[in-house]
Amino acid sequence: MNDLAWIFFSTVLVNNFTLAMFLGLCPFFGVTSKVDNAWRLGAANTFVLVITSLSVWLLNTFLLAKTPFLRTIAFIVVIASTVQIVEMIIKKYLPGLFRELGIYLPLITTNCAILGLALFQTTRNYNLIQGIVFAFGAGLGLTLALTLMASIRERMDVADVPTMAKRMGLVLVVASCLSMAFMGFAGLGSQ
Amino acid sequence: MNTPEKPTSPLFLDFWSGLSQNNPVFVQMLGLCPTMAVSNSLENGLAMGLATTFVLLCSSFLVSAVRHYIPSEVRLTSYILIIATFVTVADMVLAAGFPEISKALGPFIPLIVVNCIILGRAEAFAGKVGPLRALADAAGMGAGFTFALLLISGFRELLGSGSLLGYNVLGPRFEPWVFMVMPPGGFLTLGLIFLFMGWRMERDMRRAKEEKA
Repeated sequence: MNDLAWIFFSTVLVNNFTLAMFLGLCPFFGVTSKVDNAWRLGAANTFVLVITSLSVWLLNTFLLAKTPFLRTIAFIVVIASTVQIVEMIIKKYLPGLFRELGIYLPLITTNCAILGLALFQTTRNYNLIQGIVFAFGAGLGLTLALTLMASIRERMDVADVPTMAKRMGLVLVVASCLSMAFMGFAGLGSQ
Repeated sequence: MNTPEKPTSPLFLDFWSGLSQNNPVFVQMLGLCPTMAVSNSLENGLAMGLATTFVLLCSSFLVSAVRHYIPSEVRLTSYILIIATFVTVADMVLAAGFPEISKALGPFIPLIVVNCIILGRAEAFAGKVGPLRALADAAGMGAGFTFALLLISGFRELLGSGSLLGYNVLGPRFEPWVFMVMPPGGFLTLGLIFLFMGWRMERDMRRAKEEKA
């Protein structure tokens, strides 16, 4: 139990996927201009992460034990189909949410956080429960980073910044400060 | 290249665009995850750049060569499979030939599969033109990506460890700025580069306006 709590908090805060491990930067910079979109995308990602973790556990346990060189290919195919299935389910049963997420849903396939989760779960030999806790923590961490960044950017839109920082420059410096703040959590779980 | 090329030939232009005005990292902002994750030392940056260039060259060539046989409904899946195959090759070659680098880069080698530069070039360029042009474009994009990685990782290693490629450059009295090799340093370095580019663009625009007036 202690072990599970450690995995959870270390993934959400200490080893935050976006701010400490640089996974999933595309949505982090692309979709974070509005808080609403940010947390919705975070929720969709969390959902896909948990399902991927489950499928990767099944693959690792039953299919890939003897053929580890097929991992990358197998994982990416599973992720692409998972995203497709999730998209179809949401479209059928939650059409409102589907309209709101729009293009962000299929783009989850090429979010490196998902494949990163699959690879880390494999190299760290997590079992089913640990994997799902890990995936849930990763999703929560991603949502947290996206929402924080979006809130800051909403304020930045109305601030008067020098012209040279209008494009991505300032956003990256702000990301650096956020990442530095998250480094403060490092004392929480040093194993 | 066995034929000498004039600087204005389309092949050279295809190559040059990836290096300069369409640089994948600095202009298109693609492939940022590996750019920042492995750029804490020059050696890692170089290895990542070369591995990505290899995958880019092979997959662009193959995508372009079989472009008439792939139905457009399943093209993205086919591209991903082609890319994943070459990434597996690169991963195994690195693990066999350079175990230390392979260990340092860890999961970021298999993560080349989801590097948006490669899928982006397959979809936007290689799937539409002949193999030769696709190769030139892939070489340019790969060189542009490697150049960006070398710039960022060189800066970070120099300030963060006082060395380049593991050789001590700044002498024993230099106090390493450890912050630069930690994650925030990656964001900061790229942010500074973007600020510098924004400053130059603003200055050029101001000068053009002054010349007009």
